[in-house]
Amino acid sequence: MKLPNFMTRRASAPIARERLQIVLAHERALNGTSGDLVRLLQEEILAVVARHVKIDRDMVQIKLDRGDSISTLEIDIQMPAEIAAAH
Amino acid sequence: MAKVLVVTSGKGGVGKTTSTASLGAALAQSGQTVVVVDFDVGLRNLDLVMGAERRVVFDLVNVIQGDAKLAQALIRDKRVDTLSLLPASQTRDKDALTAEGVARIIADLREKFDWVICDSPAGIERGATLAMRHADMAVVVTNPEVSSVRDSDRIIGLLDSKTERAERGERMEKHLLLTRYDSARANRGEMLKTEDVLEILSIPLLGIIPESQEVLRASNIGSPVTLSSPESAPARAYFDAARRLRGELVPMDVPEERRGLVQRLFSRRVA
Repeated sequence: MKLPNFMTRRASAPIARERLQIVLAHERALNGTSGDLVRLLQEEILAVVARHVKIDRDMVQIKLDRGDSISTLEIDIQMPAEIAAAH
Repeated sequence: MAKVLVVTSGKGGVGKTTSTASLGAALAQSGQTVVVVDFDVGLRNLDLVMGAERRVVFDLVNVIQGDAKLAQALIRDKRVDTLSLLPASQTRDKDALTAEGVARIIADLREKFDWVICDSPAGIERGATLAMRHADMAVVVTNPEVSSVRDSDRIIGLLDSKTERAERGERMEKHLLLTRYDSARANRGEMLKTEDVLEILSIPLLGIIPESQEVLRASNIGSPVTLSSPESAPARAYFDAARRLRGELVPMDVPEERRGLVQRLFSRRVA
């Protein structure tokens, strides 16, 4: 039997609480410090790669997923085919 | 041809961000490509209402200052792939938004999307005027309440004087979105009626969004209400409003909550 959805639904306030705790923890950590850790990491990582490979800035995608205990920073650099093949 | 739409109100807390998210999602759900842009620099919240707060890397100010490419700052919605978000920055000062920078970004977004929806900050300061600056049309979000109606009147004045369109001597298309409406109270004479607000503001009506628990639930879980409960009364009202934005003629009504048999029995017993 299909239960009416108001009976099966998880309460939404705990979700709101959890989301706020995560986002505010990250924002408070950024306030007061130089702030843009992600930008700094990105610049330095790209600088290291650029020493060896010519990078087109349009071919760089950066993704971030902030989690409770773990955040992931994903830097996706597309390299020209001939360089990728040479290494 | 892309449409640039500003969602504005003057007064805070009337539902600009909720309406931006819901109209944006409703348009995207109908297959249009949509970007929602948060102009509230320093107090961003559209990311939270859209449930994308964990994925923000770059923002509007980063793009304006050349620290990031537009494509890098756009966050694609995980539920509807024709919907994207351009977040506002959280930490920088409000002067970081430049008129030229905003003009350039809006022009770029026009190339990529069918709809560019700008979520205005409250107030009538720089952030609000920049958000409306390049708009082709405006959605004025108003609660049936005296201070909200008065502030909407101020904003309508700004739309007719401070926008590019107004300065070129062209007409700015303005639409009223009445939110948090309670038909029962309006009928009992406890709340301004739709006709009262329309008569005072004299701009065409885009839709009436009923007061509903579903709106808070949607914001709690970080989803536009048209995605989290598409059958709910506010979602249906937003879907209708989105169809009207696309030029469809949709009869105007205030959707009511559809309730199942069990819920009807429960509510009757309580009543």
